[in-house]
Amino acid sequence: MIEVKDVRFTYPTGVEALSGVSLTIEEGEFVAIMGQNGAGKTTLVKHFNGLLKPTKGTVLVDGVSTRDVSVAKLARTVGFVFQNPDHQLFCETVWEEIAFALRNFGFEEAIIEKRVDWALNLLDLIEYRQTSPFMLSGGERKRVALASVLAWDPKVVILDEPTIGQDHRQKENLRQFIVQLNGQGKTVVVVTHDVEFVAECHPRVVLMSAGKIVADGEAKKILTDTTLTSMASIVPPQITQIFLGLNDLGFPSDVIDVSEAKRVLFDYLVRSGR
Amino acid sequence: MSVFEGFRFRHVTSPIHRLDPRVKFLYVLAMFILAVVFTEFFPLLVLFFLQLPFVFVAGVKKEWLRSLRGAAFLATVIFVFNFVFGFFYRTYTGTALLEFSLAMSLRFLVLVESFSVFFLTTSPDHLSLALEQSHVPYEFTFAFTTAVRFVPVLAEEAQTIMDAQKARGLELERGNFLKRVRNYIPILIPLIVSAIRRSLELAEAMESRAWGASPKRTNLYVLKMRANDLVLIALSIMLLAVGVYVRYYVSIPSLSMFLPPLPF
Repeated sequence: MIEVKDVRFTYPTGVEALSGVSLTIEEGEFVAIMGQNGAGKTTLVKHFNGLLKPTKGTVLVDGVSTRDVSVAKLARTVGFVFQNPDHQLFCETVWEEIAFALRNFGFEEAIIEKRVDWALNLLDLIEYRQTSPFMLSGGERKRVALASVLAWDPKVVILDEPTIGQDHRQKENLRQFIVQLNGQGKTVVVVTHDVEFVAECHPRVVLMSAGKIVADGEAKKILTDTTLTSMASIVPPQITQIFLGLNDLGFPSDVIDVSEAKRVLFDYLVRSGR
Repeated sequence: MSVFEGFRFRHVTSPIHRLDPRVKFLYVLAMFILAVVFTEFFPLLVLFFLQLPFVFVAGVKKEWLRSLRGAAFLATVIFVFNFVFGFFYRTYTGTALLEFSLAMSLRFLVLVESFSVFFLTTSPDHLSLALEQSHVPYEFTFAFTTAVRFVPVLAEEAQTIMDAQKARGLELERGNFLKRVRNYIPILIPLIVSAIRRSLELAEAMESRAWGASPKRTNLYVLKMRANDLVLIALSIMLLAVGVYVRYYVSIPSLSMFLPPLPF
Protein backbone atom coordinates (compact mmCIF):
# COMPACT_ATOMS: atom_id res chain seq x y z
CA MET A 1 0.00 0.00 0.00
CA ILE A 2 2.59 2.54 1.15
CA GLU A 3 6.27 1.85 0.66
CA VAL A 4 8.88 4.23 2.02
CA LYS A 5 12.34 3.43 0.71
CA ASP A 6 15.35 4.95 2.40
CA VAL A 7 13.83 8.43 2.49
CA ARG A 8 15.75 11.48 3.55
CA PHE A 9 14.12 14.85 3.83
CA THR A 10 15.72 18.23 4.42
CA TYR A 11 13.60 21.35 4.95
CA PRO A 12 14.54 24.48 2.98
CA THR A 13 15.88 25.89 6.25
CA GLY A 14 18.54 23.16 6.23
CA VAL A 15 17.09 21.03 9.02
CA GLU A 16 17.23 17.33 8.20
CA ALA A 17 13.91 15.98 9.50
CA LEU A 18 14.22 12.44 8.12
CA SER A 19 17.57 10.74 7.84
CA GLY A 20 17.04 7.43 6.12
CA VAL A 21 13.60 6.01 6.83
CA SER A 22 12.29 2.75 5.34
CA LEU A 23 8.82 1.49 6.14
CA THR A 24 6.15 -0.62 4.48
CA ILE A 25 2.51 -0.34 5.42
CA GLU A 26 0.26 -3.09 4.10
CA GLU A 27 -3.35 -2.68 3.13
CA GLY A 28 -5.68 -2.88 6.13
CA GLU A 29 -2.96 -2.31 8.71
CA PHE A 30 -3.36 -0.11 11.77
CA VAL A 31 -0.14 1.76 12.52
CA ALA A 32 0.66 4.23 15.28
CA ILE A 33 3.67 6.44 14.70
CA MET A 34 5.10 7.66 18.00
CA GLY A 35 8.06 9.66 19.22
CA GLN A 36 9.03 12.94 20.82
CA ASN A 37 8.50 16.42 19.37
CA GLY A 38 10.66 16.96 16.34
CA ALA A 39 11.30 13.26 15.79
CA GLY A 40 9.96 13.59 12.25
CA LYS A 41 6.55 11.91 12.65
CA THR A 42 4.49 14.54 10.88
CA THR A 43 7.19 15.03 8.27
CA LEU A 44 7.05 11.31 7.53
CA VAL A 45 3.27 11.09 7.14
CA LYS A 46 3.22 14.22 4.98
CA HIS A 47 5.19 12.09 2.50
CA PHE A 48 2.36 9.55 2.34
CA ASN A 49 0.05 11.88 0.41
CA GLY A 50 2.75 13.79 -1.42
CA LEU A 51 2.55 17.06 0.55
CA LEU A 52 6.28 16.65 0.94
CA LYS A 53 8.49 14.97 -1.65
CA PRO A 54 11.56 13.10 -0.43
CA THR A 55 14.90 14.84 -0.91
CA LYS A 56 16.40 11.38 -1.43
CA GLY A 57 14.76 7.97 -1.73
CA THR A 58 11.23 7.17 -2.89
CA VAL A 59 7.73 6.86 -1.50
CA LEU A 60 5.36 4.55 -3.37
CA VAL A 61 1.61 4.66 -2.87
CA ASP A 62 -0.11 1.73 -4.58
CA GLY A 63 3.12 1.23 -6.50
CA VAL A 64 3.23 4.80 -7.87
CA SER A 65 5.96 7.22 -6.81
CA THR A 66 4.58 10.31 -5.06
CA ARG A 67 6.88 12.41 -7.22
CA ASP A 68 4.84 11.54 -10.32
CA VAL A 69 1.34 12.51 -9.12
CA SER A 70 -0.24 15.61 -7.66
CA VAL A 71 -1.32 15.86 -4.04
CA ALA A 72 -4.92 16.22 -5.17
CA LYS A 73 -4.68 12.87 -7.01
CA LEU A 74 -3.01 11.09 -4.10
CA ALA A 75 -5.50 12.56 -1.64
CA ARG A 76 -8.20 10.50 -3.33
CA THR A 77 -6.47 7.37 -1.95
CA VAL A 78 -4.78 8.80 1.12
CA GLY A 79 -6.97 10.95 3.38
CA PHE A 80 -5.12 13.20 5.81
CA VAL A 81 -6.83 14.71 8.86
CA PHE A 82 -4.76 17.63 10.13
CA GLN A 83 -4.09 18.25 13.78
CA ASN A 84 -5.88 21.59 13.98
CA PRO A 85 -9.33 21.66 12.36
CA ASP A 86 -9.16 25.47 12.25
CA HIS A 87 -6.61 25.14 9.48
CA GLN A 88 -9.18 23.78 7.08
CA LEU A 89 -12.69 24.94 8.02
CA PHE A 90 -13.93 27.82 5.89
CA CYS A 91 -17.46 27.10 4.64
CA GLU A 92 -20.74 28.62 5.81
CA THR A 93 -22.26 25.34 6.91
CA VAL A 94 -20.98 22.00 8.11
CA TRP A 95 -22.73 20.39 5.14
CA GLU A 96 -20.82 22.55 2.65
CA GLU A 97 -17.60 21.91 4.50
CA ILE A 98 -17.91 18.18 4.02
CA ALA A 99 -19.02 18.55 0.41
CA PHE A 100 -15.96 20.68 -0.45
CA ALA A 101 -13.52 17.83 -1.01
CA LEU A 102 -16.13 15.79 -2.89
CA ARG A 103 -16.63 18.69 -5.31
CA ASN A 104 -12.86 18.94 -5.76
CA PHE A 105 -12.74 15.26 -6.69
CA GLY A 106 -15.55 15.77 -9.20
CA PHE A 107 -18.25 13.58 -7.65
CA GLU A 108 -21.76 13.97 -9.06
CA GLU A 109 -24.17 16.14 -7.09
CA ALA A 110 -26.51 13.24 -6.21
CA ILE A 111 -23.60 11.17 -4.91
CA ILE A 112 -22.23 14.14 -2.98
CA GLU A 113 -25.55 14.52 -1.19
CA LYS A 114 -25.62 10.87 -0.24
CA ARG A 115 -22.03 10.80 0.95
CA VAL A 116 -22.23 13.99 3.01
CA ASP A 117 -25.31 12.71 4.84
CA TRP A 118 -23.55 9.40 5.38
CA ALA A 119 -20.50 11.13 6.90
CA LEU A 120 -22.66 13.41 9.06
CA ASN A 121 -24.45 10.37 10.45
CA LEU A 122 -21.23 8.48 10.96
CA LEU A 123 -19.78 11.18 13.22
CA ASP A 124 -23.03 12.12 14.89
CA LEU A 125 -23.14 15.59 13.37
CA ILE A 126 -26.49 15.43 11.63
CA GLU A 127 -28.04 18.11 13.88
CA TYR A 128 -25.33 20.58 12.84
CA ARG A 129 -25.69 20.19 9.09
CA GLN A 130 -26.81 23.80 8.63
CA THR A 131 -24.67 25.26 11.44
CA SER A 132 -21.55 27.29 10.73
CA PRO A 133 -18.47 25.21 11.60
CA PHE A 134 -17.08 28.21 13.44
CA MET A 135 -19.93 28.04 15.97
CA LEU A 136 -19.03 24.50 17.07
CA SER A 137 -16.92 23.46 20.04
CA GLY A 138 -13.32 22.30 19.57
CA GLY A 139 -14.20 18.61 19.72
CA GLU A 140 -17.06 19.04 17.27
CA ARG A 141 -14.86 20.95 14.85
CA LYS A 142 -12.42 18.08 15.00
CA ARG A 143 -15.19 15.68 14.12
CA VAL A 144 -16.24 17.85 11.19
CA ALA A 145 -12.66 17.75 9.91
CA LEU A 146 -12.65 13.98 10.24
CA ALA A 147 -16.02 13.67 8.51
CA SER A 148 -14.85 15.90 5.67
CA VAL A 149 -12.06 13.42 4.94
CA LEU A 150 -13.98 10.17 5.51
CA ALA A 151 -16.73 11.40 3.17
CA TRP A 152 -14.76 10.51 0.06
CA ASP A 153 -13.92 7.09 1.45
CA PRO A 154 -10.13 7.07 1.04
CA LYS A 155 -8.38 3.71 1.30
CA VAL A 156 -5.87 5.08 3.79
CA VAL A 157 -6.73 7.47 6.63
CA ILE A 158 -3.95 9.41 8.35
CA LEU A 159 -4.77 11.13 11.62
CA ASP A 160 -2.29 13.67 12.99
CA GLU A 161 -2.60 13.91 16.79
CA PRO A 162 -6.31 13.04 16.87
CA THR A 163 -6.58 12.93 20.68
CA ILE A 164 -5.26 16.40 21.51
CA GLY A 165 -7.89 18.53 23.24
CA GLN A 166 -10.43 15.69 23.50
CA ASP A 167 -11.93 14.65 26.80
CA HIS A 168 -11.98 11.06 28.00
CA ARG A 169 -15.34 10.19 26.47
CA GLN A 170 -14.50 11.74 23.12
CA LYS A 171 -11.24 9.79 23.10
CA GLU A 172 -13.06 6.56 23.82
CA ASN A 173 -15.52 7.32 20.99
CA LEU A 174 -12.64 8.11 18.68
CA ARG A 175 -10.87 4.90 19.62
CA GLN A 176 -13.90 2.76 18.91
CA PHE A 177 -14.42 4.64 15.70
CA ILE A 178 -10.85 4.09 14.51
CA VAL A 179 -10.93 0.41 15.44
CA GLN A 180 -14.20 0.09 13.54
CA LEU A 181 -12.74 1.82 10.46
CA ASN A 182 -9.79 -0.51 10.57
CA GLY A 183 -12.14 -3.47 10.99
CA GLN A 184 -13.84 -2.45 7.74
CA GLY A 185 -10.51 -2.92 5.99
CA LYS A 186 -9.22 0.65 5.95
CA THR A 187 -5.55 1.31 6.45
CA VAL A 188 -5.24 3.65 9.43
CA VAL A 189 -2.14 5.60 10.38
CA VAL A 190 -2.20 7.58 13.63
CA VAL A 191 0.50 10.04 14.65
CA THR A 192 0.38 10.59 18.39
CA HIS A 193 2.09 11.15 21.74
CA ASP A 194 -0.78 9.62 23.61
CA VAL A 195 0.58 6.33 25.00
CA GLU A 196 -2.57 5.39 26.90
CA PHE A 197 -4.61 5.84 23.75
CA VAL A 198 -2.29 3.65 21.69
CA ALA A 199 -2.17 1.02 24.43
CA GLU A 200 -5.92 0.57 24.31
CA CYS A 201 -5.90 0.19 20.51
CA HIS A 202 -3.17 -2.49 20.10
CA PRO A 203 -1.85 -1.27 16.75
CA ARG A 204 1.53 -1.85 15.16
CA VAL A 205 3.80 0.79 16.69
CA VAL A 206 6.53 2.60 14.80
CA LEU A 207 8.82 4.46 17.17
CA MET A 208 10.77 7.43 15.83
CA SER A 209 13.63 9.46 17.23
CA ALA A 210 15.77 12.13 15.59
CA GLY A 211 14.55 11.44 12.05
CA LYS A 212 14.99 7.67 12.23
CA ILE A 213 12.81 4.68 13.01
CA VAL A 214 14.18 3.13 16.19
CA ALA A 215 11.63 0.36 16.67
CA ASP A 216 8.78 -1.22 14.77
CA GLY A 217 6.48 -3.97 16.06
CA GLU A 218 3.45 -4.87 18.13
CA ALA A 219 2.31 -2.32 20.71
CA LYS A 220 2.58 -4.99 23.41
CA LYS A 221 6.25 -5.51 22.70
CA ILE A 222 7.34 -1.93 22.17
CA LEU A 223 5.43 -0.06 24.86
CA THR A 224 6.70 -2.44 27.56
CA ASP A 225 10.34 -2.11 26.54
CA THR A 226 11.63 0.64 28.82
CA THR A 227 14.90 1.14 26.93
CA LEU A 228 12.99 1.76 23.71
CA THR A 229 10.39 4.04 25.26
CA SER A 230 12.96 6.16 27.04
CA MET A 231 14.91 6.47 23.78
CA ALA A 232 11.81 7.96 22.13
CA SER A 233 11.02 10.06 25.23
CA ILE A 234 7.68 8.43 25.93
CA VAL A 235 6.51 6.94 29.20
CA PRO A 236 5.03 3.41 29.20
CA PRO A 237 1.29 3.26 29.95
CA GLN A 238 0.50 3.57 33.65
CA ILE A 239 -0.85 0.03 33.87
CA THR A 240 2.39 -1.28 32.34
CA GLN A 241 4.41 0.62 34.93
CA ILE A 242 2.43 -1.03 37.70
CA PHE A 243 2.96 -4.48 36.22
CA LEU A 244 6.67 -3.83 35.67
CA GLY A 245 6.85 -2.97 39.37
CA LEU A 246 5.03 -6.20 40.28
CA ASN A 247 7.26 -8.31 38.07
CA ASP A 248 9.05 -9.94 41.02
CA LEU A 249 5.70 -11.31 42.28
CA GLY A 250 5.39 -13.31 39.09
CA PHE A 251 3.14 -10.94 37.13
CA PRO A 252 3.69 -10.68 33.38
CA SER A 253 5.57 -7.57 32.25
CA ASP A 254 3.84 -7.14 28.90
CA VAL A 255 0.43 -5.88 29.95
CA ILE A 256 -0.60 -2.63 28.27
CA ASP A 257 -4.36 -2.30 28.50
CA VAL A 258 -6.65 -2.10 31.46
CA SER A 259 -9.05 -4.92 30.58
CA GLU A 260 -6.17 -7.35 30.15
CA ALA A 261 -4.74 -6.19 33.50
CA LYS A 262 -8.09 -6.85 35.10
CA ARG A 263 -8.14 -10.38 33.74
CA VAL A 264 -4.62 -11.13 34.92
CA LEU A 265 -5.34 -9.80 38.41
CA PHE A 266 -8.59 -11.74 38.57
CA ASP A 267 -6.84 -14.98 37.58
CA TYR A 268 -4.21 -14.32 40.23
CA LEU A 269 -6.80 -13.80 42.93
CA VAL A 270 -8.67 -16.95 41.90
CA ARG A 271 -5.49 -18.98 41.85
CA SER A 272 -4.42 -17.80 45.28
CA GLY A 273 -7.83 -18.84 46.53
CA ARG A 274 -9.24 -15.48 47.63
CA MET B 1 7.09 35.17 -0.46
CA SER B 2 10.62 35.99 -1.63
CA VAL B 3 9.89 39.74 -1.56
CA PHE B 4 9.33 39.51 2.18
CA GLU B 5 12.60 37.67 2.64
CA GLY B 6 14.27 40.87 1.45
CA PHE B 7 12.77 42.75 4.36
CA ARG B 8 13.40 40.30 7.16
CA PHE B 9 15.92 41.32 9.77
CA ARG B 10 18.77 39.01 10.73
CA HIS B 11 21.02 39.58 13.68
CA VAL B 12 24.44 40.65 12.43
CA THR B 13 26.51 43.64 13.33
CA SER B 14 27.94 46.18 10.94
CA PRO B 15 28.41 49.95 11.07
CA ILE B 16 25.07 50.25 9.26
CA HIS B 17 23.30 48.03 11.78
CA ARG B 18 24.63 50.16 14.62
CA LEU B 19 23.29 53.43 13.22
CA ASP B 20 20.46 55.14 15.03
CA PRO B 21 17.24 53.90 13.38
CA ARG B 22 15.81 57.42 13.41
CA VAL B 23 18.73 58.65 11.35
CA LYS B 24 18.46 55.72 9.00
CA PHE B 25 14.82 56.51 8.55
CA LEU B 26 15.68 60.12 7.76
CA TYR B 27 18.03 58.86 5.07
CA VAL B 28 15.36 56.56 3.61
CA LEU B 29 12.95 59.47 3.63
CA ALA B 30 15.49 61.59 1.75
CA MET B 31 15.83 58.80 -0.83
CA PHE B 32 12.06 58.61 -1.07
CA ILE B 33 11.74 62.34 -1.75
CA LEU B 34 14.56 62.30 -4.30
CA ALA B 35 13.06 59.31 -6.10
CA VAL B 36 9.73 61.10 -6.37
CA VAL B 37 11.31 64.41 -7.43
CA PHE B 38 12.95 62.95 -10.54
CA THR B 39 11.17 61.44 -13.52
CA GLU B 40 14.33 61.17 -15.62
CA PHE B 41 16.26 57.99 -16.15
CA PHE B 42 19.81 59.04 -15.26
CA PRO B 43 19.26 60.67 -11.85
CA LEU B 44 17.23 57.63 -10.81
CA LEU B 45 20.05 55.39 -11.99
CA VAL B 46 22.44 57.39 -9.79
CA LEU B 47 20.05 56.99 -6.85
CA PHE B 48 19.87 53.27 -7.53
CA PHE B 49 23.64 52.85 -7.32
CA LEU B 50 23.88 55.20 -4.34
CA GLN B 51 22.49 52.43 -2.11
CA LEU B 52 25.20 49.93 -3.07
CA PRO B 53 27.84 51.10 -0.54
CA PHE B 54 25.27 50.64 2.24
CA VAL B 55 24.41 47.16 1.03
CA PHE B 56 28.05 46.11 0.95
CA VAL B 57 29.05 47.68 4.26
CA ALA B 58 26.02 46.08 5.95
CA GLY B 59 26.84 42.70 4.36
CA VAL B 60 23.26 42.03 3.28
CA LYS B 61 23.98 41.55 -0.42
CA LYS B 62 22.19 38.21 -0.69
CA GLU B 63 18.98 39.34 1.00
CA TRP B 64 19.04 42.62 -0.90
CA LEU B 65 19.33 40.81 -4.23
CA ARG B 66 16.44 38.62 -3.21
CA SER B 67 14.23 41.63 -2.51
CA LEU B 68 15.13 43.05 -5.92
CA ARG B 69 14.36 39.75 -7.59
CA GLY B 70 11.00 39.76 -5.83
CA ALA B 71 10.34 43.32 -6.95
CA ALA B 72 11.41 42.61 -10.55
CA PHE B 73 7.99 41.29 -11.50
CA LEU B 74 6.16 44.40 -10.29
CA ALA B 75 8.80 46.60 -11.88
CA THR B 76 8.13 44.88 -15.20
CA VAL B 77 4.40 45.41 -14.77
CA ILE B 78 5.02 49.12 -14.11
CA PHE B 79 7.19 49.36 -17.20
CA VAL B 80 4.65 47.65 -19.45
CA PHE B 81 1.72 49.74 -18.16
CA ASN B 82 3.54 53.02 -18.55
CA PHE B 83 4.74 52.06 -21.99
CA VAL B 84 1.38 50.83 -23.27
CA PHE B 85 -0.66 53.73 -21.87
CA GLY B 86 1.96 56.28 -22.91
CA PHE B 87 1.88 54.80 -26.40
CA PHE B 88 -1.89 54.99 -26.79
CA TYR B 89 -2.42 58.36 -25.13
CA ARG B 90 0.62 59.88 -26.85
CA THR B 91 1.87 61.50 -23.61
CA TYR B 92 5.38 60.62 -24.74
CA THR B 93 6.73 59.28 -27.98
CA GLY B 94 9.84 57.55 -29.19
CA THR B 95 12.85 57.54 -26.90
CA ALA B 96 11.13 59.79 -24.36
CA LEU B 97 8.43 57.14 -23.88
CA LEU B 98 11.04 54.43 -23.39
CA GLU B 99 12.93 56.64 -20.94
CA PHE B 100 9.83 57.56 -18.96
CA SER B 101 8.70 53.94 -18.64
CA LEU B 102 12.18 52.81 -17.64
CA ALA B 103 12.43 55.66 -15.13
CA MET B 104 9.12 54.74 -13.52
CA SER B 105 10.11 51.13 -12.91
CA LEU B 106 13.55 52.26 -11.76
CA ARG B 107 11.87 54.64 -9.30
CA PHE B 108 9.97 51.70 -7.87
CA LEU B 109 13.18 49.71 -7.54
CA VAL B 110 14.92 52.60 -5.77
CA LEU B 111 12.07 52.77 -3.26
CA VAL B 112 12.11 49.02 -2.70
CA GLU B 113 15.87 48.78 -2.30
CA SER B 114 16.22 51.67 0.13
CA PHE B 115 13.37 50.41 2.32
CA SER B 116 14.80 46.91 2.06
CA VAL B 117 18.20 48.12 3.32
CA PHE B 118 16.46 49.93 6.17
CA PHE B 119 14.47 46.89 7.31
CA LEU B 120 17.35 44.46 6.75
CA THR B 121 19.63 46.44 9.04
CA THR B 122 17.19 47.59 11.73
CA SER B 123 15.98 45.11 14.34
CA PRO B 124 12.28 45.32 15.22
CA ASP B 125 13.31 46.12 18.80
CA HIS B 126 15.34 49.09 17.67
CA LEU B 127 12.53 50.21 15.48
CA SER B 128 10.02 50.26 18.31
CA LEU B 129 12.56 51.97 20.52
CA ALA B 130 13.00 54.64 17.88
CA LEU B 131 9.25 55.10 17.56
CA GLU B 132 8.86 55.32 21.32
CA GLN B 133 11.62 57.83 21.74
CA SER B 134 10.15 59.92 18.94
CA HIS B 135 7.10 60.25 21.25
CA VAL B 136 4.84 57.97 19.26
CA PRO B 137 2.22 56.66 21.76
CA TYR B 138 3.23 53.24 23.09
CA GLU B 139 -0.03 51.65 21.91
CA PHE B 140 0.92 52.36 18.30
CA THR B 141 4.51 51.30 18.78
CA PHE B 142 3.40 48.03 20.31
CA ALA B 143 0.87 47.38 17.56
CA PHE B 144 3.55 47.99 14.97
CA THR B 145 6.16 45.68 16.54
CA THR B 146 3.55 42.99 17.07
CA ALA B 147 2.55 43.17 13.43
CA VAL B 148 6.17 42.79 12.33
CA ARG B 149 6.74 40.00 14.79
CA PHE B 150 3.76 37.96 13.55
CA VAL B 151 4.57 38.04 9.85
CA PRO B 152 6.67 34.84 9.89
CA VAL B 153 4.10 33.12 12.12
CA LEU B 154 1.37 33.97 9.66
CA ALA B 155 3.46 32.82 6.71
CA GLU B 156 4.00 29.45 8.36
CA GLU B 157 0.32 29.16 9.15
CA ALA B 158 -0.60 29.94 5.56
CA GLN B 159 1.64 27.06 4.47
CA THR B 160 -0.07 24.63 6.86
CA ILE B 161 -3.50 25.73 5.66
CA MET B 162 -2.45 25.26 2.04
CA ASP B 163 -1.28 21.74 2.89
CA ALA B 164 -4.55 20.97 4.67
CA GLN B 165 -6.65 22.13 1.72
CA LYS B 166 -4.46 20.39 -0.82
CA ALA B 167 -5.02 17.22 1.17
CA ARG B 168 -8.73 17.78 0.53
CA GLY B 169 -8.18 17.85 -3.20
CA LEU B 170 -7.83 21.60 -3.73
CA GLU B 171 -5.72 22.43 -6.77
CA LEU B 172 -4.50 26.01 -6.55
CA GLU B 173 -3.09 26.10 -10.08
CA ARG B 174 -6.21 24.85 -11.82
CA GLY B 175 -8.61 26.84 -13.97
CA ASN B 176 -8.59 30.27 -15.59
CA PHE B 177 -7.52 33.46 -13.86
CA LEU B 178 -10.80 34.07 -11.99
CA LYS B 179 -11.01 30.45 -10.89
CA ARG B 180 -7.46 30.63 -9.57
CA VAL B 181 -8.28 33.69 -7.50
CA ARG B 182 -11.33 31.88 -6.13
CA ASN B 183 -9.11 28.90 -5.28
CA TYR B 184 -7.51 31.04 -2.59
CA ILE B 185 -10.75 31.53 -0.63
CA PRO B 186 -10.29 28.22 1.27
CA ILE B 187 -6.82 29.46 2.24
CA LEU B 188 -7.74 33.03 3.16
CA ILE B 189 -10.77 32.39 5.36
CA PRO B 190 -9.05 30.03 7.83
CA LEU B 191 -6.03 32.34 7.82
CA ILE B 192 -8.09 35.43 8.66
CA VAL B 193 -10.21 33.61 11.23
CA SER B 194 -7.17 32.27 13.02
CA ALA B 195 -5.44 35.67 12.89
CA ILE B 196 -8.46 37.24 14.59
CA ARG B 197 -8.60 34.42 17.13
CA ARG B 198 -4.90 34.85 17.81
CA SER B 199 -5.23 38.60 18.29
CA LEU B 200 -8.00 38.07 20.83
CA GLU B 201 -5.84 35.57 22.67
CA LEU B 202 -2.92 37.97 22.58
CA ALA B 203 -5.10 40.73 23.99
CA GLU B 204 -6.16 38.49 26.86
CA ALA B 205 -2.58 37.46 27.55
CA MET B 206 -1.54 41.12 27.58
CA GLU B 207 -4.36 42.07 29.94
CA SER B 208 -3.43 39.26 32.31
CA ARG B 209 0.11 40.58 32.38
CA ALA B 210 -1.09 44.07 33.26
CA TRP B 211 -0.38 45.73 29.97
CA GLY B 212 -0.61 49.52 30.25
CA ALA B 213 -0.63 49.46 34.05
CA SER B 214 2.01 52.15 34.37
CA PRO B 215 1.45 55.20 32.16
CA LYS B 216 5.12 56.17 32.11
CA ARG B 217 7.45 53.48 30.77
CA THR B 218 11.20 53.42 31.03
CA ASN B 219 13.57 51.56 28.74
CA LEU B 220 16.67 49.55 29.44
CA TYR B 221 18.29 50.94 26.30
CA VAL B 222 18.26 54.57 25.29
CA LEU B 223 19.09 55.56 21.72
CA LYS B 224 22.00 57.95 21.48
CA MET B 225 23.40 59.63 18.39
CA ARG B 226 27.04 59.01 17.65
CA ALA B 227 29.51 60.50 15.19
CA ASN B 228 28.44 58.12 12.40
CA ASP B 229 24.83 59.17 12.86
CA LEU B 230 25.73 62.82 12.49
CA VAL B 231 27.63 61.98 9.30
CA LEU B 232 24.58 60.24 7.87
CA ILE B 233 22.34 63.20 8.79
CA ALA B 234 24.73 65.55 7.03
CA LEU B 235 24.87 63.22 4.03
CA SER B 236 21.09 62.99 3.80
CA ILE B 237 20.66 66.77 3.93
CA MET B 238 23.43 67.26 1.41
CA LEU B 239 21.94 64.74 -0.99
CA LEU B 240 18.55 66.42 -0.70
CA ALA B 241 20.09 69.83 -1.38
CA VAL B 242 22.06 68.52 -4.37
CA GLY B 243 18.91 66.84 -5.67
CA VAL B 244 16.86 70.01 -5.46
CA TYR B 245 19.67 72.03 -7.05
CA VAL B 246 20.01 69.59 -9.95
CA ARG B 247 16.25 69.52 -10.40
CA TYR B 248 15.99 73.29 -10.86
CA TYR B 249 19.32 74.50 -12.21
CA VAL B 250 20.95 71.68 -14.17
CA SER B 251 19.74 70.34 -17.48
CA ILE B 252 19.45 66.60 -17.02
CA PRO B 253 20.77 64.43 -19.85
CA SER B 254 18.16 62.21 -21.47
CA LEU B 255 18.37 58.84 -23.18
CA SER B 256 17.68 60.41 -26.60
CA MET B 257 21.20 61.86 -26.56
CA PHE B 258 22.60 58.34 -26.67
CA LEU B 259 20.03 56.45 -28.71
CA PRO B 260 18.93 56.90 -32.31
CA PRO B 261 15.29 58.07 -32.65
CA LEU B 262 12.87 55.20 -32.07
CA PRO B 263 9.87 54.56 -34.34
CA PHE B 264 7.08 54.80 -31.76
